[in-house]
Amino acid sequence: MSNAAFSQSASHAGTDTGLGTRIVRAVAARLVIAVPYIWLLLFFLIPFVIVFKISLSQTAIAMPPYVPVLDFSEGVGGFLASLREFSIDNYLWLTEDALYFNAYVSSLTIAGISTILTLLVGYPIAYGMARAPASLRPILLMLVILPFWTSFLIRVYAWIGILKPEGLLNQLLLTIGVIDQPLIIMNTHTAIFIGIVYSYLPFMVLPLYSALEKMDYSLIEAAQDLGCPPTSAFWKITFPLSLPGVVAGCLLVFIPAVGEFVIPDLLGGSQTLMIGKTLWNEFFANRDWPVSSAVAVILLLLLVVPIVLFQNAQARAQEQGR
Amino acid sequence: MQSLGSIRRDFAPWNDQAAKPYIVFDQVTKRFGDFTAVNNLSLSIYEREFFALLGASGCGKSTLLRMLAGFEEPTSGRILLDGQDLRGIPPYRRPVNMMFQSYALFPHMSVEANIAFGLKQEGMEASKIAERVAEMLKLVKLEQFAKRKPHQLSGGQRQRVALARSVAKRPKVLLLDEPLGALDKKLREETQFELMDLQQKLGLTFVVVTHDQEEAMTMADRIAIIDKGEVMQVATPAEVYEAPGSRFVANFVGNVNMFEGTVTARDASGASIDGDSGISIRTENAGDAQAGAKIAYAVRPEKIKVSSRPPMDIDSNAAEGEVYDIAYFGDMTVYYVKLGNGLVVKAASLNSARLTDDPLTWNDRAWISFKPDSGVVLTR
Ligand SMILES: Nc1ncnc2c1ncn2[C@@H]1O[C@H](COP(=O)(O)OP(=O)(O)OP(=O)(O)O)[C@@H](O)[C@H]1O
Ligand SMILES: [Mg+2]
Repeated sequence: MSNAAFSQSASHAGTDTGLGTRIVRAVAARLVIAVPYIWLLLFFLIPFVIVFKISLSQTAIAMPPYVPVLDFSEGVGGFLASLREFSIDNYLWLTEDALYFNAYVSSLTIAGISTILTLLVGYPIAYGMARAPASLRPILLMLVILPFWTSFLIRVYAWIGILKPEGLLNQLLLTIGVIDQPLIIMNTHTAIFIGIVYSYLPFMVLPLYSALEKMDYSLIEAAQDLGCPPTSAFWKITFPLSLPGVVAGCLLVFIPAVGEFVIPDLLGGSQTLMIGKTLWNEFFANRDWPVSSAVAVILLLLLVVPIVLFQNAQARAQEQGR
Repeated sequence: MQSLGSIRRDFAPWNDQAAKPYIVFDQVTKRFGDFTAVNNLSLSIYEREFFALLGASGCGKSTLLRMLAGFEEPTSGRILLDGQDLRGIPPYRRPVNMMFQSYALFPHMSVEANIAFGLKQEGMEASKIAERVAEMLKLVKLEQFAKRKPHQLSGGQRQRVALARSVAKRPKVLLLDEPLGALDKKLREETQFELMDLQQKLGLTFVVVTHDQEEAMTMADRIAIIDKGEVMQVATPAEVYEAPGSRFVANFVGNVNMFEGTVTARDASGASIDGDSGISIRTENAGDAQAGAKIAYAVRPEKIKVSSRPPMDIDSNAAEGEVYDIAYFGDMTVYYVKLGNGLVVKAASLNSARLTDDPLTWNDRAWISFKPDSGVVLTR
């Protein structure tokens, strides 16, 4: 990719006469491309390498709480010796204790269900926004983003107040007489679903909205003109054309939801098993940095590999003409 | 007996008192907010007719079609199709198909799938669909593009897909909104004839919107000239051209010389006109203009003869002037002759021979002349 961009800029520069401007342009073109790569290198790749390194270490009662610590105080020989201490024991450990496997599966399941629920709630909202009069749309967009103005933590705490047995929701339902026993929502998966759907809704709505808003309404008219009733026109035209938005929204919700810690911790109670909580426990309760690093690395692989494959497939499809 | 030329001589249901119109716009008004796009418009279109709506941009042509297709409801008035009031019937239940001005092709479907879309809705058998799609592709000459997506086609090709898609269902009424606008001249002419052929063969009723008057003239049985949401005239192409009903229509369709003036005498065989520009005109086509009426005399450029000598024929109307400009088109030459008082008259002469024995050039003295039956008197 950088190669292609470079050759493009080079051939472009070739039409110029001045050598100086050519060099400046070539360097500038490279720099522009380099910026995101440097960013990724500094804030993603290097931290990842560190985490990966820790995941190959062993716990120790020390500061930092693992060995080996790479240092050169004992010369190159000592450094090489410490390298030999790396092992994949932590990864093997993850396969031995069913807790981790269950946590991964449960996280993926909860995230998957929440994503679908968010899609179900978000799609009608995005659709309504895209079909609203153009003058109303900026206001509706504002309203979607508005919750971000208060702290995420506070909003999740607020849900405790709503969902707990003597909370607002139960009081309301009891007063109306819909139920005569308070509903137990707190500390169940339902509470987690509510929390995730609520918290991540904007991430679903925004990409969906942008996909739906771009769509030409005359396509729906054309479908209807050809004998297609509105519901069927939705499934044959609107939905397929909004798929890029659906995919983007689902990824934006699913990925952070898998590793979500705050919502399951506050709303899901102690018996919910999610990988974010497991990780937190390993790290802060057990002070087992190497194992928690291994947990994080596996989580990353679980998420990154399918996404990369998916994006490749999409890029290929796009080249073939959508 | 002489008459205006007509293409389909045997087809004139509009002259038949007993014939029932197939589509009726009955005092239809359409307002968008406080803007009136269609104003108390009435029109009748007959079965198997090729009907053209001709008018300048923004005059409400698309709005008329959209009301017929069911995307807009008239603010007031009725639209009848085969005697049935269409109000409240959704687009997907109307036996009407439309070719959209913006094409509205489904971007995620191949050309084939686009054309098959309406047929699938009907629940047609797969083998029949394939057959019909192939036929349509052949019609619009896109056989080798069947598998492409719309964004891989040129503008003209997309237009042809849109056409094929709307014809595929063989609707009773086909609405075409600027169907050929994006095609080059040659393909446009070919497609015009193909459309006419198709319409004849299938016995469909076509309502086509265009702002290209040549296109309307070539294809249509009748043309409705629309201006600001109102019908100015509905007539056959020849009538619209040779017997325009108003100054607007005469000006809008083709080229015209307009002599404003007053009727000085009126008799059974015609009228005498005193032109404001000093020319006096004798005409056989005076319509209902009475003596003293302020009128316009309209005469088409090709009916005016230009010559360096005064006309021999003493019946002719004639005036002397100076060649002011010449536009050479190959097949014909248009002379702009400035009369004594400054009025510029356009005279088109067909270059039927390669050489002329009466060459005229800029600033030459020249005579224009036209016969008493060449033009028409317009009172509106
Ligand atoms: N939905 C709408 N809301 C408001 N005004 C509209 C709407 N649709 C059309 N109009 C207005 O009505 C008028 C007629 O529009 P219409 O699309 O029928 O024009 P047209 O004759 O098809 O023009 P063109 O040849 O440019 O396609 C225009 O002035 C247009 O601005
Ligand atoms: Mg239009």
